[in-house]
Amino acid sequence: MNGISINMVMILAAILFILGIAGVIIRKNIIFMLLSVEIMLNASGLAFIAAGAKWAQPDGQIMFIFILAMAAAEVSVGLALILQVYHQHQSLDIDKLKEMRG
Amino acid sequence: MDNLLWLIPVSPLAGALLLILAGNRMSKAAIAFVGAGSICLSAILTLVVGFNFLSNTPPTGIMSQTLWSWFEVANFKPEITLYLDALSLVFIFVITFIGALIHIYSAGFMTTDKDYSRFFACMNLFVFSMLMLVLADNLLLLYLGWEGVGLCSYLLIGFWHESHANGYAARKAFIITRIGDTAMAIGLFLLFYQFGTLAIPDILHKAPESWSNGSSGVTIVALLLLAGGLGKSAQLPLQTWLPDAMAGPSPVSALIHAATMVTAGVYLIARMHVLFELSPIAQTTVAVIGAVTLFIAGFSALTQYDIKRVLAYSTISQIGYMFLALGVGAYSAAIFHFMIHAFFKALLFLAAGAVIEALHHEHNMFKMGGLKDKLPVIFWTFLIGSASLAALPLLSAGFYSKDQILWYAWAGEGGNPWLWLLALLGAFITAAYTTRMMILTFWGESKTTVSHKPGKLMTVPLIILAFFALFGGFIELPHNFAHFTLFSNLLQPVLPLTKLNVNESSEWLFQLIAAIATLSGIALAYFFYSRQPMRLAGLRTNGAFNSLYRFWHSGWGFDKAYDTLLVKPLVYVSRANKHDIIDRIYSGITTASLTFYRWLSLTQTGSLRWYVMGLIVGAIIILTMQIML
Repeated sequence: MNGISINMVMILAAILFILGIAGVIIRKNIIFMLLSVEIMLNASGLAFIAAGAKWAQPDGQIMFIFILAMAAAEVSVGLALILQVYHQHQSLDIDKLKEMRG
Repeated sequence: MDNLLWLIPVSPLAGALLLILAGNRMSKAAIAFVGAGSICLSAILTLVVGFNFLSNTPPTGIMSQTLWSWFEVANFKPEITLYLDALSLVFIFVITFIGALIHIYSAGFMTTDKDYSRFFACMNLFVFSMLMLVLADNLLLLYLGWEGVGLCSYLLIGFWHESHANGYAARKAFIITRIGDTAMAIGLFLLFYQFGTLAIPDILHKAPESWSNGSSGVTIVALLLLAGGLGKSAQLPLQTWLPDAMAGPSPVSALIHAATMVTAGVYLIARMHVLFELSPIAQTTVAVIGAVTLFIAGFSALTQYDIKRVLAYSTISQIGYMFLALGVGAYSAAIFHFMIHAFFKALLFLAAGAVIEALHHEHNMFKMGGLKDKLPVIFWTFLIGSASLAALPLLSAGFYSKDQILWYAWAGEGGNPWLWLLALLGAFITAAYTTRMMILTFWGESKTTVSHKPGKLMTVPLIILAFFALFGGFIELPHNFAHFTLFSNLLQPVLPLTKLNVNESSEWLFQLIAAIATLSGIALAYFFYSRQPMRLAGLRTNGAFNSLYRFWHSGWGFDKAYDTLLVKPLVYVSRANKHDIIDRIYSGITTASLTFYRWLSLTQTGSLRWYVMGLIVGAIIILTMQIML
């Protein structure tokens, strides 16, 4: 267990983060974009846990509980909004939802 | 309040305010009562205050009354102070007395005009401004009066504003006098810079200590003040506005352009005489300008056919005499001529106005004639006025005042034979054009019938003015007649006595020469206009003489010169700049920001993917910069 250096965990967190960003950009469906945002959140949570383990402090774990709680709230609100969007526009394609052009 | 001095200018001001506010609700009689009555009140008060001043003269020779302090900035604290000494007493006497007579005349002259109250309001405002000008203790208050008379002159010249020509004449007068006013303002700035105050007594005391005789500082200030005087007094080169100003009603011409406003320059130079004495260059310039102007204007007057234009050029010429007298150091002679000129010129303008009215707005002298028997009162008063103008020897007041100037032009401290010669020729021409005017208007066969004779309101002021034009000269007799010099004794505390360069005993010779000049001028005009009028027509067929005649008629081409040199280029430049280059810079800034705004608004696509991309690119840039720097 002690053989895993923090660098490795940080690189994993970074890769997960970039995967999340890629998902946000590439995906057309809003629900998949939300899913990719979840992946980004989890990646940052992993980074916190790794840092907390390195410095042997409980702050990392506490941070992860915050992130989890916030992600849950965000998902509930986000899904409610998506439902409304589908109710109004009958489509979840992000390229079709361009009403706020300026 | 025992000092009634402040009421003298305030009475016309109150009249003007009342007429401005309530004029169109008052009856004609009430308007005339307020308008003329306020000036009559001022005249009576002037007599009272003047009598008081003369009988118990204060030891300093000055009576001053401070009303309030105008403003205070840093150490500059001009006050509204009225300052009465012998010089301003003469001026307020002339202004209020002649002003009162002219207002009474206008009550009759302007009866049929629909803008009766506006006329009297403007006239009252004018008299107020002129009184403030001459009673001012400091140059700032004088400048207030100076600008006020300019404004009222504009309002009154363009009084009949429905005609575009009148508006043009009014604008021309205002713009040309404005050039002089600007020069004077710069002079005031320089005076303030030098002395830290604009109070006239202080400046006149400190000037000899601060500036040595002939130094450039005092010369520049004196020349700038002179330029201001040239504009208001219609002397070379700013004289072109006065003949066109005859577009205004005759009482306006009488009050403003004969007796008062055009003498503001004379007052200024007489008041600030210490500065001019410190600068011989400036004083010589005054004399030369006066002499040349009187010569040029005389020739122009000889060729005019509009009776009021003859009188206008005559005014320019006579004020040239006053400037000449100031320039050679004959201050009391200049002020004496001012007073006598005010009487006879106002008389001539009022009488000319009566003639024009009687002939139903006919201005052309060649269409008049034979009025000697038809309008007897006007004929006799006009004759007395003309005699004074031509300086008829011994009888008329004009002889005594003009003769004094001629004598001092030769014999005075700054005197010069050339100046005397120009003035003498000017006197000759003056007699000639005056006689020409009389003959054409009153003798011969009548070419226009009299439509109605003027009423009492118009003829009584004429008679009063004629009395003064005849007998006013006797208060100052030449030294070889008698030792009776009331006028210069009065002015002595204020204006220095004229010093003579030449022996006094030769004065009779010059009086004789002046008398001969006058009589030969009268004879010349009599010959050409009464005896053998065909001769002149014959002379005019000669091409050279005719073009000279037309050159004189156009005022020696000054109007044309100014038009070509100044007016046309300015109009050309303003037409080329119709779309205003300077404005383009500012609207260019607006256009640039609008373009930038349009470019930026293209980034607001409403597409979520675009925004996310923006976020990511920005994050990458910041991270890169963090790593690199």
